[in-house]
Amino acid sequence: MFNHLLSLLIWLPIVGAIPVLLAGSGRPNTARWISLLVAVLTFVLSLFLLTQYNAADSSKQLGESYLWIASLGVHYGLAVDGISVALILLTTFVGILVIVGAWEVIQNKPHQYMAAMLVLEGLMIGVFCATDALLFYVFFEAMLIPMFILIGIWGGPRRVYATLKFFIYTFLGSIFMLVGLIYLYLKAGSFDLATLAALPLSMQEQTWLFFAFLAAFAVKVPMVPVHTWLPDAHVEAPTGGSVVLAAVMLKIGGYGFLRFSLPIVPDAADAYAWLVIGLSLIAVVYIGYVALVQDDMKKLVAYSSVAHMGFVTLGIFIAFMLVRGTGNADAAKLGMQGAMVQMISHGFVSGAMFSCIGVLYDRLHSRQIKDYGGVINVMPWFGFFYVLFAMANSGLPGTSGFVGEFQVILASFQANPWIALFAAFTLIIGAAYTLWMVKRVLWGEVTNPHVAEMKDINGREAFVLIAFAAAVVALGVWPQPLIHLMDSSVSQLVQQLGNHKI
Amino acid sequence: MPNLNDILIMLPELYLVAAACLLLLVDAFMKAEQPVLLGLNGREVLHWTSILVVLVAIYLVISGQPEQPVRAFGGMFVRDGVAEILKVFALLCVALIFIYARSYLADRKLFVGEFYTLMIFAVIGVMLLVSAGNLITVYLGLELLTLSSYALVALNRDSKLSSEAAVKYFVLGALASGMLLYGMSMVYGATATLDLATLHNAAAHTGVPNLLLFGLIFMIIGIGFKLGAAPFHMWIPDVYQGSPTAVTIFIGSAPKLAAFGMAYRLLESGLGDLSAHWQQMLAALAVLSLAIGNLVAIVQTNLKRLLAYSTISHMGYLLLGLVNAGPEGYASALFYAISYALMGTAAFGVILALARAGFECEEIDDLKGLNQRSPWMAFLMMLVMFSLAGVPPLFGFFAKFLVLQSAIHAGMLWLAIVGAVFAIIGLYYYLRVVKVMYFDAPVEGTELKPQRDPAMRLVLSLNALTLLVLGLYWGPLLGWCKSVFPG
Repeated sequence: MFNHLLSLLIWLPIVGAIPVLLAGSGRPNTARWISLLVAVLTFVLSLFLLTQYNAADSSKQLGESYLWIASLGVHYGLAVDGISVALILLTTFVGILVIVGAWEVIQNKPHQYMAAMLVLEGLMIGVFCATDALLFYVFFEAMLIPMFILIGIWGGPRRVYATLKFFIYTFLGSIFMLVGLIYLYLKAGSFDLATLAALPLSMQEQTWLFFAFLAAFAVKVPMVPVHTWLPDAHVEAPTGGSVVLAAVMLKIGGYGFLRFSLPIVPDAADAYAWLVIGLSLIAVVYIGYVALVQDDMKKLVAYSSVAHMGFVTLGIFIAFMLVRGTGNADAAKLGMQGAMVQMISHGFVSGAMFSCIGVLYDRLHSRQIKDYGGVINVMPWFGFFYVLFAMANSGLPGTSGFVGEFQVILASFQANPWIALFAAFTLIIGAAYTLWMVKRVLWGEVTNPHVAEMKDINGREAFVLIAFAAAVVALGVWPQPLIHLMDSSVSQLVQQLGNHKI
Repeated sequence: MPNLNDILIMLPELYLVAAACLLLLVDAFMKAEQPVLLGLNGREVLHWTSILVVLVAIYLVISGQPEQPVRAFGGMFVRDGVAEILKVFALLCVALIFIYARSYLADRKLFVGEFYTLMIFAVIGVMLLVSAGNLITVYLGLELLTLSSYALVALNRDSKLSSEAAVKYFVLGALASGMLLYGMSMVYGATATLDLATLHNAAAHTGVPNLLLFGLIFMIIGIGFKLGAAPFHMWIPDVYQGSPTAVTIFIGSAPKLAAFGMAYRLLESGLGDLSAHWQQMLAALAVLSLAIGNLVAIVQTNLKRLLAYSTISHMGYLLLGLVNAGPEGYASALFYAISYALMGTAAFGVILALARAGFECEEIDDLKGLNQRSPWMAFLMMLVMFSLAGVPPLFGFFAKFLVLQSAIHAGMLWLAIVGAVFAIIGLYYYLRVVKVMYFDAPVEGTELKPQRDPAMRLVLSLNALTLLVLGLYWGPLLGWCKSVFPG
C-alpha cells in the first residue's frame, strides 16, 4: 500500500466523490456520511506520510513514476519532500473540517457540494505531489473546475461575477506558464521537473520564463496588483469554499514559486527578486491599510490573507538577496523556513477566521461588521475562539501566526534593515485591523435585536473551531516538529538558489 | 485498366455506395409505419440497418488496412494511414449522429429515409476526399460531400430558416468550389499534372513560378472555406443555426475531418515544397479565425450560433498545427480534428437529447437550471464545455496543448501566444453555458428533460465521458496519429 501512498491520497477523494454523487439529493445524509468517511480516511492515510517519509533525507521520496504519454515521454510522476508533506497534511486536515462545517449549512444539493469538495481535495494533493510539469499543470488547472462550481452554486448574491472572475483570472495567469512549459519541453525533451532544473538557460530565456511563471503564481498567491479576484471570490464563496481557498489554494501559488521559479530560472529570479520583494512589501503595508477600512468581515480577512501571503513571497525571494548578495546561507534558510511556516500557519488561521465568520453568517445572514456588536454577550464560547484566532492573525507570540512572520522579518533584517522595517509594519497594521474588527463585532453593547437572539456554537461548530485552535496553538508553542519536517528540503532549496545556470 | 486489386483497395467505399443504394430501395418499398421485422416498423428497421451498415464500413476500413500506403486506379485513390484514421472517425461520427438524431427527427416528422442515405453519401464523399491521390478525386469527393450537405441542410423543407441556410450554403459553397477548381487549373497549368505525387515532384523541380503560387492561393481559399476559417467563415453561423440540429451535428463533425484531410492532401502531398509560402498564409488564417471566432462568440445568445463561432476558433487552433508543416504538426492537427469531431458530436448530441417537439433547445437560456432538472445531462454538457474551452484534464486541453507545441516547434512562438490569449477569451463563453446550467434557476413551466431513448442516452454518455477518459489517457490515440505521419 505504501508504494502507492501518494496515488491513493490523490485518487481516494476523487473516486470517493462518485458514491457521494450517486447517493443523490434524495438521501442527503448518506451523501454527508460517505463524504465524511472519505475525508477521514484520506486524513488517516496522509498521517502515514509522517511515518513513511524520512525527514533527514533531502531527496524526494515515496516516488511513483509511470509512463503516461509514451510518444511525448510524459510521466505520471509523483514524489514528496518535507514541504509537500506538510502541505498535504494541511489539505487533508482542512478537508475534514470543511465537510463537517458544511454539514447542515448546505441544504441545496449537499451531495454535489460534498463531491466537489472531495474532488478539489484530491486535485490539490495532486498538485503537491506532481514531479512532472505537465501533470502539475493538469492538477493546477483542473482544480478550477470544482471551485468554479462551488462558488457559483452555493455562493452569495454576486457569485456569478465572482466565480467567473476567479476562473478567468487564474486561467489567464496559468496559460502563459503553459506556453513557457512547452518551450522548456522542446528544449529539454522532458517535462520532468528535476531535468528542467538542470537545464542550462540563457538569461533572456530565463527572464521570459520567469515572468510566465510569475503570471501563473502571482495570480494564485495572490500578489499585488493581481489580487483583485480574491476579495470577490472570498466574499461570494460559501464558507467551505473560502476556507479551502484561503487555507490551501493560495499556498499553491507559493508552492509553485518553490518548484518552478527557484530551481528552473534561478538567475532571472535573482535578477527580479527586487520586484517580488517590492510587491510583497506593498502587499504587507498597503493591503494592510486596505483591510483596515473594510466593512465586510470576509473582505477584511481576504485582504489580510493577501498581506500575510506577502510574507511568504518575501521570505522566498529575500533568500536570493541573502545567498547571492551576502552569501549568508543561514539567514536565507531562515527566511525560506519562515515562508514555509507562514504558509502552513496561514492555512490554519485563515481557515479558522473564515469558519468563524461562517458561524456568524449562518445566524444573522450578514457579513457586515456594523450589523454585529456585543456578540460576546450571547456567544461566549464563540467569542473565545474568535479572539484566539484574531490574536493569531495579528501575529501574537504563542500562536502560529508569530513564528513564520518573525523568522521572515529576522531574515530580512540581515538582507536590508529597511525591508525588515516595512515588513514589521504588519505587527501594527495586522493588529489594528484584526483587533478593531474584534472590538466592533464582539465587544460593546448588543444593539442589533437579532444579535440578542443568536445562540452559541453547537457541537459541530465547536469541533471545527477546536480543531483549528489546537493546530494554531500547537504550531505557535512548539513549531519544532514542522520545522524539522521541512528542514532538509528547505536546505536543499537554499542550496539550489546558488546554482548559476548561465 | 482497373483490376480486382484496385477494387479491393477501394472496398469500403464501394461497399458503402452499394449499401446506400440498397437502403434507398428498402426505404422505397418498405412500409414505413407498419411493423415489418421483430416488431420494428419500417423506419426503425432502416435506422438500425443504417447504423449497422456504417459499423460494418468501419470494420472494413480497419480490417483491410494495408501496411504500406497503396494506390489504386492509376494513383487516383490512395489508401494510407492518414486516410484510415480519418475514415474511422468520420464513420464513427455518422454512427453517433444516427443514434442521436432519431428522436429529434421523429418529433419533427423528418424521420425519413433520405436523411440516412444522404448522410451515407456525404460520408462516402468524406472518404473519397481523404483518400484522394489526384486533384480530380479531391474535387469529386468534395462535391459529393457538399452536394449531400446542401440537401441535408434543406431537409426541413417547410422551414424558412432552413431553406435560407441551404441557399446561402449552396451559393457560397459553389463559389468556393469554383475558386478551388480555378486554383487547381492554375496548378495544372504550371506543372502539367493532376496527380498529387507527380505534382509534388514537379513542384520540387520547377522552382516556384508565380502561376503555381497563384493556384496555391486559390486552393487555400477553398480549404479555408471548407474548414470554416476566417475570413471564409461567413456561411458557418447561418448554416449551423438554420439547419435542423440533426444536420448541424453532422456539419460540425465529419466534414471537419474531411477538411483536414483535404488540406493535408493538397498542401503536403501536393505542394509540400511550397510550405514556406503556405505556412504564412495559414498563420494569417489562424490568427483571423481565432480572433473572429472567439470575439464574436461572446455576444451570441443562440447556442447553435455560439457553437458555430466556436468552430471557427477551433479551426484556428487546427491551423496552428498545420502551420508547423512537419509530421509532428500534422499529427497534432489530426489529433485536434478528431478531438473537435468528438466534442462537436457530444455538444450537439446534448442539444438533440434535450430538444422535443416544438422546443429546439437552441437558445443558451433554454439550458437554464439544467442541473436541477437533469443533473446528468448538465454534467455531460459541462464536460463538453470545459473540453471545448481547453481546461485539463479534458481531451480538448491536450489537443490545444499539442497544437500550441507544434506552433512553438515551428518557431512561431508569437502564434502560440496569440492562441493562448484567445483561449482565455474563449473560456468566457463556454463558462457562460456552464453558468446558465448550474447557477441559474430553471424557468418555471418548462420541462427540460432528456429524450427517453435509452440507446441515445447511453451512447451520448459514453461520448461525453470519452472526453474525460481520453483526457486522462490520450497516449495511444496520439501514438496512432503520430504513426501515420512517418518523419
